[in-house]
Amino acid sequence: MATSASAYENDIKNLKATELTLGLPGTHLQQNVPIIDQEKSSASSSSNKRPLQLSHEETSPAQDCGSKCSNIAKNTDDDAAPPPSKAKIVGWPPIRSYRKNSLQEQSEAAGGIYVKVSMDGAPYLRKIDLKIYGGYPQLLKALENMFKLTIGEYSEKEGYKGSDYAPTYEDKDGDWMLVGDVPWDMFVTSCKRLRIMKGSEARGLGCAV
Amino acid sequence: MECCNKRRMMKESPESNFMNRRGSSCFPDEVLERVIGMLKSRKDRSSVSLVCKEWYNAERWSRRNVFIGNCYSVSPEILTRRFPNIRSVTLKGKPRFSDFNLVPANWGADIHFWLVVFAEKYPFLEELRLKRMTVTDESLKFLARSFPNFKAISLQNCDGFSTDGLAAIAADCKNLTELDIQENVIDDKNDNWLTCFPESFTSLEVLNFSILHNDVNFDALEKLVTRCKSLKTLKLNKSITLEQLQRLLFRAPQLCELGTGSFSQELTTQQYTELEGAFSNCKNLNTLSGLWVVTPQYLPVLYPACANLTFLNFSYAPLDSDDIAKLLVHCANIRRLWVVDTIEDKGLEAVGTHCPLLEELRVFPADPFAEGDARGVTDSGFIAVSQGCRNLHYVLYFCRHMTNAAVATVVQNCPDFTHFRLCIMNPGQPDYRTSEPMDEAFGAVVKTCSKLQRLAISGLLTDLTFEYIGKYAKNLETLSVAFAGSSDWGMQCVLEGCPKLRKLEIRDCPFGNAALLSGLEKYESMRSLWMSDCKVTMNGCRLLAKEMPRLNVEVIKEDGSDDSQAERVYVYRSVAGPRRDAPPFVLTL
Repeated sequence: MATSASAYENDIKNLKATELTLGLPGTHLQQNVPIIDQEKSSASSSSNKRPLQLSHEETSPAQDCGSKCSNIAKNTDDDAAPPPSKAKIVGWPPIRSYRKNSLQEQSEAAGGIYVKVSMDGAPYLRKIDLKIYGGYPQLLKALENMFKLTIGEYSEKEGYKGSDYAPTYEDKDGDWMLVGDVPWDMFVTSCKRLRIMKGSEARGLGCAV
Repeated sequence: MECCNKRRMMKESPESNFMNRRGSSCFPDEVLERVIGMLKSRKDRSSVSLVCKEWYNAERWSRRNVFIGNCYSVSPEILTRRFPNIRSVTLKGKPRFSDFNLVPANWGADIHFWLVVFAEKYPFLEELRLKRMTVTDESLKFLARSFPNFKAISLQNCDGFSTDGLAAIAADCKNLTELDIQENVIDDKNDNWLTCFPESFTSLEVLNFSILHNDVNFDALEKLVTRCKSLKTLKLNKSITLEQLQRLLFRAPQLCELGTGSFSQELTTQQYTELEGAFSNCKNLNTLSGLWVVTPQYLPVLYPACANLTFLNFSYAPLDSDDIAKLLVHCANIRRLWVVDTIEDKGLEAVGTHCPLLEELRVFPADPFAEGDARGVTDSGFIAVSQGCRNLHYVLYFCRHMTNAAVATVVQNCPDFTHFRLCIMNPGQPDYRTSEPMDEAFGAVVKTCSKLQRLAISGLLTDLTFEYIGKYAKNLETLSVAFAGSSDWGMQCVLEGCPKLRKLEIRDCPFGNAALLSGLEKYESMRSLWMSDCKVTMNGCRLLAKEMPRLNVEVIKEDGSDDSQAERVYVYRSVAGPRRDAPPFVLTL
């Protein structure tokens, strides 16, 4: 028993020595968390290929380490590599395709998120579908086009300074908020209606209290 | 049916009439067989068959059901040789991670060559239950032709067939009682497969076609439901409207399990009242599912039927917290609840308040890939359920972040967990309050829940989690691991510490050859091991294969991948030897 155990241990030691790697001798690879290559996924045409493997063209030749994954070295225990974006990992979160597709279909079928848009002084309101915009820039552009005005650029400190208009929205709690403060997805789910404030009221909103 | 059993030759064996060595009399074979025949549990039968040769024979002749957890662990020839009188076969095929696209198409697990052998050896086969197998229309047609007594077919997570296959079953299985098609990849050709049930056919008890996309022939369905008076389970697909549902319920008030169709038609007041009446007429309803595309204002029609419900599957109905709360008030008897995380923590509080008898909770994410501050359920909802539902023993919980303290509180409230599956959807996510790893959470689970059989872990985890598991989880049978651990030591702890471990599935962990090989003697007592995107190499796998000839060590090789790495490894015990049907991308070492 003892001999086979030590033989087995020798095998393990020798294993590492005989392992084929592309690294320079003495290169140690420590990698625990796969990194995600966000741009590359289109290049991996085979549906079974993990989009997060960097191919050899992409790593800098000088430090091409054995397995394809790592430019982020994770030290033995506690430093965590930044968690990879889950949207690009094959099979994660572990939900069966049938369920994923079903819920996706339902949310798409549910139609747009239509909210009323009022502008101070305008005779009637408009309605827009928040779902069709990818983010704040597109939304603001659309509002500018719809109402023929300039809203300008958002800044966290000063709101929409330099503009006569401030886009605001009523959230689920009934409060009137300045458009642009919260992440887009949060905004889309919490926005009940939009109001474009004008004139002194607008400027008051933009100033520090 | 006795005349149909194959009896072995009744030769008088000298032992059967004499005292055996210990001095007590032996039973005659027929009696022994009759007694052992009453054993239902697989584990008991397995134990019994090991006692002595007589008992082994009595067990194999009397067995009617067989369960094969891995279709490649045994061959149909070996199976039929040992068990001559089987009526019901359950087979599972692909590794579970194939559900998440980690196994390429055409990997295997085709039922056909099993059916060919069964047609010869088990002509009186009655039931076939398959999970994660490939089933073609040709196989279904062959099945329908080959087994005159065939009664029940259940296909879960299978692929390869179309409604043509279903039509063959409907047309030719004269004694069919069960047709259960769940979550399969099926080609819905929209032909009238339901019309293939003959007019004279009345034996159906279970019908589940909820996954089909296209319309079915409603007229044929209604007639079928009307004439099958023993129908107990009916699970419809999305194409069935509320109005059609009402008509079906009117025909089948005896239903115990109902899967509704689409729950969002525009109803007149009259139609609404009729539907409500139909539900209140269903006194035996204990299971409700379906509810595709729910219009919440119609949920009240369900209220009259809710009092007796024990299983509510709303996992395809994204309700909000108000809607679920209003419904759950009526559902005091619920034991199993599946929901979507749109109900949020407030909805889970309602669960805790209204469903004290709850034993199983599954919360699925509506939007698993949402970025930013997406909503869903959190630690406070989890705690709320555990406070109100002290009998909880099965949980599947998808969330975006969790705390160690919350999990510790949950298991303190509910120490009887047998299945604990927590999926923190951000890989490597630490405790969001303390920024520490989630080790203590799972430590609490394994220390407190001594009956734990199944565990799925997630979040930022070091080897400490695995030390805990190895030290405390003495009843653990299934472990699922993803993006966790720090070194080989972690996996070693589990392999050395968990005596009842049967299934180990690992992805994206830093476990390499040393870890793989530390389980050398363990794998023969397990059903299978799956490791993908870990640090195992081909050499390590070859060594394992060499040391353990009774294991099948398979590596799934993708094009263009590094030759020395073994990216997807599947190891399982088998008495059938290496696969004879392996596709080119599966290398058997």
